[in-house]
Amino acid sequence: MKKVLLPILTMLAFSCSQPATNTETAAAAEASGAGQSAVKDDVSQQDVVHIAVNSPDHTTLVTALKTAEYVDVLSNAGPFTVFAPTNAAFDKLPAGTVESLLKPESKEALRNILEYHVYVGVLTENMLQDGMSLNQVNLDNVKIGKKDGKITVNGANVLGSARGSNGIVYIIDAVLLPPDKK
Amino acid sequence: MKTITIHRVLSILVVLATVVLWQGCKPKAPGSVTTGDAASQAYVAPGKYDEFYNVVSGGFNGQMSIYGLPSGRLFRIIPVFSQFPENGWGYSEETKPMLNTSHGFVPWDDLHHISLSVTKGEHDGRWAFGNANNTPRVARVDMKTFKTVEILELPNSGGNHSSPFITENSEYIVAGTRFSVPVGDNTDVPISSFKENFKGYISFISIDPADGGMKIAFQLKTPGVSFDLARAGKGPSHGWFFFSTYNTEQAYTLLEVNASQKDKDFIMAVNWKKAEEYIKAGKGTTSKAKYAHNVWDESTHTGVSTIMDEVLQLDPAELKDIIYFIPCPKSPHGCDTDPTGQYIVGSGKLAALIPVFSFAKIQAAIANKDFEGEFAGIPVIKYEAALHGEVKKPGLGPLHTEFDNNGNAYTSFFVSSEIVKWNVKTLEILDRVPTYYSIGHLSVPGGPTSKPHGKYVVAYNKITKDRYLPTGPELTQSAQLYDISGDKMKLILDFPTTGEPHYAESIPASLVMPNSTKIYKIEDNKHPYASLGEGMTKVERKGKEVHVYMTAIRSHLTPDNIEGVKLGDEVFFHVTNLEQDWDVPHGFAVKGANNAEILIMPGETSTLKWKPLSTGVFPFYCTDFCSALHQEMQGYIRVSPAGSNVPIKFSTGKIEDQAGGAGQ
Repeated sequence: MKKVLLPILTMLAFSCSQPATNTETAAAAEASGAGQSAVKDDVSQQDVVHIAVNSPDHTTLVTALKTAEYVDVLSNAGPFTVFAPTNAAFDKLPAGTVESLLKPESKEALRNILEYHVYVGVLTENMLQDGMSLNQVNLDNVKIGKKDGKITVNGANVLGSARGSNGIVYIIDAVLLPPDKK
Repeated sequence: MKTITIHRVLSILVVLATVVLWQGCKPKAPGSVTTGDAASQAYVAPGKYDEFYNVVSGGFNGQMSIYGLPSGRLFRIIPVFSQFPENGWGYSEETKPMLNTSHGFVPWDDLHHISLSVTKGEHDGRWAFGNANNTPRVARVDMKTFKTVEILELPNSGGNHSSPFITENSEYIVAGTRFSVPVGDNTDVPISSFKENFKGYISFISIDPADGGMKIAFQLKTPGVSFDLARAGKGPSHGWFFFSTYNTEQAYTLLEVNASQKDKDFIMAVNWKKAEEYIKAGKGTTSKAKYAHNVWDESTHTGVSTIMDEVLQLDPAELKDIIYFIPCPKSPHGCDTDPTGQYIVGSGKLAALIPVFSFAKIQAAIANKDFEGEFAGIPVIKYEAALHGEVKKPGLGPLHTEFDNNGNAYTSFFVSSEIVKWNVKTLEILDRVPTYYSIGHLSVPGGPTSKPHGKYVVAYNKITKDRYLPTGPELTQSAQLYDISGDKMKLILDFPTTGEPHYAESIPASLVMPNSTKIYKIEDNKHPYASLGEGMTKVERKGKEVHVYMTAIRSHLTPDNIEGVKLGDEVFFHVTNLEQDWDVPHGFAVKGANNAEILIMPGETSTLKWKPLSTGVFPFYCTDFCSALHQEMQGYIRVSPAGSNVPIKFSTGKIEDQAGGAGQ
């Protein structure tokens, strides 16, 4: 487990956060009509979405979350365990796959893939056991491997982890593809 | 006595007859008085914010509540003087000391008036003060956390009604007793010895400008009358305080009749700068007094109660020039200074006029010794010498007056159920609107400050009757919001309120909202029983006490399996909320506890005490819907017989019967 990633991610998260805007007057102030991801809060710990948003290695994932309209969902109270493939992980997919998934007509397929990366519940490293099966949000299972302190999910390597307010993010080096439906 | 009684009956009949006539003039259909665009003026669209925080006393619920204006939406009830099972205030071990008094733990009180802190006469958004009318106390609420952070008891007081009104720079809040009471070493005296033994006291409570800390700076020993309400001077009258009095008859029974004998009671003018001079000169005397001072420590998340034993007093009958009486018609209630500080409005609640006194004239009368005599050794200024003028025939039963930023006053009339607008300088009546029904206090945003924000006046009514869907004999209290931006007052909203509101203040949201606390930082938590991580959780036995160091985070409690408790033990659940996320409290409750729940804010530690009364396994759980797995946030504690040898044991996530398949 590369612990170094955690502080880097955290630093990125803070450096990219919006400065406080205290100039707003009460008359002009209003809560955003957007969902929970738009709540202005520079005090609380970052949630799992903001961790991803503030990481330069996860721009493809964030684009996918936005396209699937899952940003607000993952800003919710959770609790979530999110397996977050890096940009390099997406690049390993066959050419044209990502572009195709981002098309409006692929929204359901994209959501299915993203939901396969999320578990409801916060599973810290010590709770993950070798051979453990996790039933993901899309109702398919992933398999956890844990050998010599190295964690894998469906064979993808966990590169690091970051704790968010509403869950935990595991950074992985491959995109998890749900099993084909029979 | 008989003739007096007959006179009373006759005068009551006259009042009743006038009320009947008045009612005849009232609009028949309340709904029709609102105009077409009224709803849009009070409408705050989804996602938009109100313009003002409305801080409202809860009266007999002992709390403060926070509404938005102009919407009238209720945002929060802040527990102050009364236990609040909803969040554990007065039930948790940390909050119990906040309700300690010289009489021991007092679980309830009656909060009547709000004072918001001011700097240079204007709202600064730092603190809200409230008074306890029954067991005399004042409280301070921090406007960052909306939490009660200090409660100070008042000795030598029989009921703290004339409170917690505030001076121009928050130097002092005051506390005048509604009941004069016997004081000193021997208070076991006949009630009929009132004139000889009963005294009234006014406390001046200093406010620390840095942290808001309260301290009784001094008490004024005043004649045995009842103090009703008060306001500080401002601008030219800064340094003075004005108190309304009633029962200058010094009656001790059937005040309904016996405290209404005189045609005039007094406004008491206090030169508190003079009092400060006497204290500097060493003229104060230190008297024994027992009272509690309770302070909340935000780093330990715990209240600490200290019993104080003395208080500094001044006797204005001996130390001249501190207080003067001004005659004011018929049991004055409200005693309100206008934004310029030049005028003091007395509202004789049984009078058919409103006298307005001039600060400049009061000063001239004092300089010229224009006195009509003395009352209990205190000079009484001639009524005419202090009078700016009278508002003639304004309505029936004037109670309170607030001000706008254009030189106008708004007076509430209980008996005639209306608000009357009049000009402070000309004393001319400009407008009147009905209220539904029997208004008590009223509030203009910034109304008691040097620079009122104006825009609205809220009527806090005493009688609801048919305003809302009926709910049996007990009804919510009704409030009405009026637009006062034009020449005529316009009813724009009717909204229910909780408790029984008396006074309220409103402050622009921009002065409060940016400072609002979101979370308590976990690294700043100095609670002695805090667990600053799950690794620090444990269960410890100390004799018959079992201390559970527990954490809560989405979505489990650690530990969630506890054994080794024995009958006769007292169990203390010290729960630390490890969340660092805005609006994610966790709650905690255990089956059968003779106690409330506790709600623990992010980063806070709170303790629930439980004394099990039978053996068995008792469930506990998180009571605040925190996450999708909130319902899973639960655990068990086992209680064994007194002599058992079940050891202390605790865990989370440890599955002992794997072979049997549990947890698979």
